[in-house]
Amino acid sequence: MYSVIPLDYLTPEWALFIALLIGIGFGFILEQAGFSSSRKLIGIFYGYDLLVVKMFLTAVVVGAIGLLLFNTMGWIDLNRVWVAPLYLSSTIVGSVLIGIGMALSGFCPGTSFSAASIGKIDAMVFIVGIFLGIAVFTFGYPLWGELHVANNLGQLKISETLNLSDGVFVLLFIIIAIVIYWIGEKIENRFARPDISKEL
Amino acid sequence: MIKNKYHYMNPYIAGVLLGMVLIMAFYFSGHGIGASGAVKSVVVDQVVHTMPTYAENSAFLKKYVGHDTSPFKSWMFLEILGVLLGGFLSGAISGRLHFEIEKTPQLTNKKRLLIVLVSGVIVGIGTQFARGCASGAAMSGMVALSVTGFVTFFVMFATAFVVARLVKKIWIKKN
Repeated sequence: MYSVIPLDYLTPEWALFIALLIGIGFGFILEQAGFSSSRKLIGIFYGYDLLVVKMFLTAVVVGAIGLLLFNTMGWIDLNRVWVAPLYLSSTIVGSVLIGIGMALSGFCPGTSFSAASIGKIDAMVFIVGIFLGIAVFTFGYPLWGELHVANNLGQLKISETLNLSDGVFVLLFIIIAIVIYWIGEKIENRFARPDISKEL
Repeated sequence: MIKNKYHYMNPYIAGVLLGMVLIMAFYFSGHGIGASGAVKSVVVDQVVHTMPTYAENSAFLKKYVGHDTSPFKSWMFLEILGVLLGGFLSGAISGRLHFEIEKTPQLTNKKRLLIVLVSGVIVGIGTQFARGCASGAAMSGMVALSVTGFVTFFVMFATAFVVARLVKKIWIKKN
């Protein structure tokens, strides 16, 4: 986990202070963009508001370019950046569950904290639910522990899996993102719901 | 006429800024940002302290026993405190601070709260199987170019898209 150069020098106290600052930036931007509204987030699934597509993709593109750039400049070592191992079965089960909850509530954990921070009571109740859910998982672990660690395919990088260099993959990803932006803007015009958008 | 069209930050600009925050997270910590990890740190700390024998015998918890599990020593917990603070500041600046149950007109408050509670439980369980949520496993994972990040993103949004067809009446009022 101690993969990037500054962390070799940071004391634990400084690391935690920086975590707080990064959180402030994350929370401020999420709220400014409108992720604090479940009805805005859910627009992606009905086409009337594609905030999620635009912002999420842009953040990933900028983040990936940034890491490449920092690696080239020698500020970080990309080989030491944390790549999560792929436990295929568990990842699919978990992602399906999160997808179901997201469509029902209009929240994912990050955006629920954003919504709660400005006083959304439904987001606070959602967070209570997350606590309960993680407790259920913890106490029920004997039932699904095997599934949780099954099919570990290792720390796969998508660029290596596709036999591409990181740079070429990111370039392809940028092109795909631009196409998705273009389609997204068309969808948003086609499925616009001014009656909903004006309430958000 | 959409009166709030420019009320929120432009999503592309917000995305660029969020990308920069992600770069800083990787630069200073070697990993991205998340949300569910903060809740997990609290649950783990509670169980390890109130039920130590149970924790020692739990395949899921035993790796935490004997370590300092205080949430205030957890990177993700401090980060989420920051998220609450940053969101509050943003809401204060933009005049969006008020207690409210946000819902579509066709739902009662009671029904909305019941739906979000059940969804929260489902998502909470999901984050442990997926080892993270949309920000941790999917977004940060994709920035690190991990296959896990891309699989998580596609399965999560494809599932939500299908489920959204089934629960359309929650979100879209028939005209």
